[in-house]
Amino acid sequence: MAIDVNGKSLETDEEGYLADLSDWEPEVATVMAGIDDCDLTENHWEVINFLREYYEEYQIAPAVRVLTKAIGKKLGKDKGSSKYLYELYPYGPAKQACKYAGLPKPTGCV
Amino acid sequence: MMEDEEYQGGEVKKFLYVNRRLPHGTVYALESLETVLIGAAFDQDVSMLFIDDGVYQLKKDQAPESIEFKNFSKTYRALEMYDVEKLFVERESLEERGLSEDDLLVDVEVIASKEVKALIDQNDVVLSF
Amino acid sequence: MSTLNIVNKSPFEKRTLEQCLKRIGEGDSVLLIEDATISAVNGTAYANLLLEASKQSRLYVLQPDLQARGFAEKPLLDPVEAVDYAGFVDLVVKHERVHSWL
Repeated sequence: MAIDVNGKSLETDEEGYLADLSDWEPEVATVMAGIDDCDLTENHWEVINFLREYYEEYQIAPAVRVLTKAIGKKLGKDKGSSKYLYELYPYGPAKQACKYAGLPKPTGCV
Repeated sequence: MMEDEEYQGGEVKKFLYVNRRLPHGTVYALESLETVLIGAAFDQDVSMLFIDDGVYQLKKDQAPESIEFKNFSKTYRALEMYDVEKLFVERESLEERGLSEDDLLVDVEVIASKEVKALIDQNDVVLSF
Repeated sequence: MSTLNIVNKSPFEKRTLEQCLKRIGEGDSVLLIEDATISAVNGTAYANLLLEASKQSRLYVLQPDLQARGFAEKPLLDPVEAVDYAGFVDLVVKHERVHSWL
């Protein structure tokens, strides 16, 4: 599979995750969200950027429990809840947001 | 694993992962780390022990990008967030290799070789990598 | 609290056997399988290491693996007991945990 971003064709796996992490640019998230009929707000971007920083630092896509805790620490308690994150990313914050952020599927997610 | 539910039910067993090999020449270290992360997502009680060449897995300043491998040494620093807080390193293995606790990238508990048996005896399941 | 330790590497190639023996104690057992079985035979450079270990641990060797390597008729080290597959299973059941030193 592949998606078209800024005139380039980027390879994805069968679940839509980017094949090569280094292909990512913000437009990738916008295009992927468009496929899911999702408009990215500032709150969405906050999570995407958080995930990219987390990956850079730990080389791992966090499990949802870990993500929720870490978001609460960084962005405030009200945002560190699964309710808030599921409202933003109904397909699951770890799965959907990680995908938009160009990360692999979280370890432990089948 | 479902995203919205934590694993419930079943008894919590104590798992000890024994790491005995250098990190990049074989896939053992990475496989162990991934298994630990998955086990922790299932709410198991997980400890890790680093002996023999396994102590090199925690060496600071690894840069395997130079051989086009992922730098998963950074992931050991995420273990705390997964509630894997018990990392044990054998003192004799460090000393044999001219290393000390200061060379390691995470906080660990250094134990003597003769304390290893007691640690193993405290666990229900022992997996060696 | 006892552990069945399984070793499968030749001590002439890998240090697994020494590494294992260094870290076990009273009540633990060691089962030699696959390439490790050759260390159970009399007269190797590792005989003393195993004899020393036998003072506090029980030693076993998996007979079919030893036989496959041509040592069925050779005398084993005194403290080493040969077991078949059923004996292997009994050992697993008898101990509280198994530590396979891959």
